[in-house]
Amino acid sequence: MTEQIDQALSRKYEAGFVSDIESETFAAGLDEDVIRRISAMKNEPEWMLEWRLRAYHSWLKMEEPEWAHLHYPKIDYQAISYYSAPKSMKDKPKSLDEVDPELLRVYEKLGIPVHEQEVLAGVAVDMVFDSVSVATTFREKLKEAGVIFCPISEAIQNYPELVKKYLGSVVPRSDNYFAALNSAVFTDGSFVYIPKGVRCPMELSTYFRINEQNTGQFERTLIVADEGSYVSYLEGCTAPQRDENQLHAAVVELVAMDDAKIKYSTVQNWYPGDEDGKGGIYNFVTKRGICHTNAHISWTQVETGSAVTWKYPSCVLKGDNSVGEFYSVALTRGRQQADTGTKMIHLGKNTRSTIISKGISAGRSNNSYRGLVHMGPKADGARNFTECDSLLIGDRCGAHTFPYIESRNPTAKVEHEATTSKVSEDQLFLCKQRGLDAEKAVSMIVNGFCKEVFKELPMEFAVEAGKLLEISLEGSVG
Amino acid sequence: MLTIDNLHARVGQQSILKGLNLQIKPGEVHAIMGPNGAGKSTLSYLLSGRDGYEVEGGSVQFMDDDLLEMEVEDRARHGLFLAFQYPVEIPGVSNMEFMKESVNAIREQRGEEPLSAAEFLKKAKEACKQVQLPLDFLKRGVNEGFSGGEKKRNEIMQMILLEPKLCILDESDSGLDIDALQVVASGVNSQRNSERSFLVITHYQRLLDYIKPDFVHILANGKIVKSGDASLALKVEKEGYAFLGIEATEEASS
Ligand SMILES: Nc1ncnc2c1ncn2[C@@H]1O[C@H](COP(=O)(O)OP(=O)(O)OP(=O)(O)O)[C@@H](O)[C@H]1O
Ligand SMILES: [Mg+2]
Repeated sequence: MTEQIDQALSRKYEAGFVSDIESETFAAGLDEDVIRRISAMKNEPEWMLEWRLRAYHSWLKMEEPEWAHLHYPKIDYQAISYYSAPKSMKDKPKSLDEVDPELLRVYEKLGIPVHEQEVLAGVAVDMVFDSVSVATTFREKLKEAGVIFCPISEAIQNYPELVKKYLGSVVPRSDNYFAALNSAVFTDGSFVYIPKGVRCPMELSTYFRINEQNTGQFERTLIVADEGSYVSYLEGCTAPQRDENQLHAAVVELVAMDDAKIKYSTVQNWYPGDEDGKGGIYNFVTKRGICHTNAHISWTQVETGSAVTWKYPSCVLKGDNSVGEFYSVALTRGRQQADTGTKMIHLGKNTRSTIISKGISAGRSNNSYRGLVHMGPKADGARNFTECDSLLIGDRCGAHTFPYIESRNPTAKVEHEATTSKVSEDQLFLCKQRGLDAEKAVSMIVNGFCKEVFKELPMEFAVEAGKLLEISLEGSVG
Repeated sequence: MLTIDNLHARVGQQSILKGLNLQIKPGEVHAIMGPNGAGKSTLSYLLSGRDGYEVEGGSVQFMDDDLLEMEVEDRARHGLFLAFQYPVEIPGVSNMEFMKESVNAIREQRGEEPLSAAEFLKKAKEACKQVQLPLDFLKRGVNEGFSGGEKKRNEIMQMILLEPKLCILDESDSGLDIDALQVVASGVNSQRNSERSFLVITHYQRLLDYIKPDFVHILANGKIVKSGDASLALKVEKEGYAFLGIEATEEASS
């Protein structure tokens, strides 16, 4: 990971990669004009503007969903600014001394090098680029393999045919309230295309995208793996991320063509707010992938941040023999609320899906698993296995499971297992009797509980995720 | 090593220890026997500092420290080890991982460098062999799905790795077959030296054939009612506790 960041930091500026936009922040409010201006800022072709406007008009007719087990004040969509230019150098902290010490302490604990801390904390660092940078080599390597990996705004300019074909093909513009909003106003995100038969030579990480700043709010990601290809994509980072924007509504679309495999891993650690949940981020994400024949999509997520999380990475198993997987760890503490899970839509024959969800609740938080397994009439011989475990720390938190099963095919099989356990006094005592302090003990027990999910994460990510849980749990044991 | 002076303690509303005295010197092995419910496990929890066991009076000195003032983990780091009567499972946390954290926490207290993964692995393998558990037990979750006897052996393996000063074994022999009993006993014997002391809680004289105690005490009604040498255990084995004139659960159940 560190190496990857070093690479990202030392990459040479290439014109065109960073969109050349004027420094301007829009006044709060949303109407057609705002969308036209966003599109104009990005120099978008007419079809893209059309697309956004249609999304906007659908959104206007939609209602914000209220079915989730979440409580938050009504969001005033007219009080949000939908375009903010990257902070200029002079507005940024000049050095780490000006950064919140609490944030630095966490960076330290995660073992993040100083240089990297500066970037994460948004310090105005003049990046000194090596003349022959590692990242250039990295880009070369991808290019050689024919892999496209760039900001989606750039893809709209350079690969309009691909974008036109796939954007909204998995998550339609009017899929849901938040997806519609995102479709209307998204500012940036990633685009990935892996050509036929290509195994992407390295893990792709959002770290590589240099103009990361300010894409967080309405991020849009589209990954297309053509026939027989493979890609592993990492989103987010374990360091806590702060953002002035309280509302986040991202959309991620994955397309796995015949025999392709996409592995998508996320670590989400947005600011959860203070003790009382004030100031935390609301994270409403729509993530969905479509699997064609024999294709395979695997979602792995570690969710520890945000005040409110609403997120259901899903798989549409359209092709025969396709496979969908969802591995999730969601940790809530303080006043955090998470309503997360997945949907596995089995349409093709012999499709399989596995769902492993681990929810950990501490403090006064609420953690809900919500999952749908749908077996369509043509899904002969389809199988699903769901395991849904909750772990409670203390007695003021809550864990809830809402499994929905729809079976339209008598040959399809659905298995569901659920457990709820507590970090027991006996376990804590055993750990302490062996010399471990309470915090270490809890983090170890929780890590053990999450093992099945962590082993799905890329190696370095798994180690960091373990550390992240440890930090997140600080102070949650009496 | 350990001096318990007139210790009174209760669990919830119930007084369990009522004036217990015991002194253990470095290198000594003390066995404690006594009827069910007499307070043997209570004593071991009290010494190790478990929540919910309240001291009503008396004192306990552990080496240079007032034991009752110390946190559970500090007691452990200063060399107090408890082999549990009922070892608990920690699913998903490998034995290796668990013991490595533990060993390093204790080394830190002693001002020693943490062991590297390789160094630790070597020691762990040796300890594992010594208690005759297959090496894959290092990779399995702590006590996860272990049989009763395997759990007990796993406790002894931890004791060997942690090199404590005072080892309290709470019925480490119950539920063991005869071979396992010898394994546990020889594990303990291998750790005996002039510095290290043992407090062995058992119901069976048989264990004391293998682990030769310097002293045997009978705990009943919250007190040590009789102390002697190894022959006392033989007498108990033969005659039960009747000769002491106590009724097994009279006090404990009142
Ligand atoms: N948490 C508790 N609440 C109430 N009573 C308790 C509690 N823990 C222990 N006791 C009681 O204290 C008494 C002593 O228990 P303890 O476990 O120390 O006995 P023991 O001597 O170890 O017995 P055994 O030989 O059966 O292991 C028993 O009567 C038991 O029921
Ligand atoms: Mg007992």
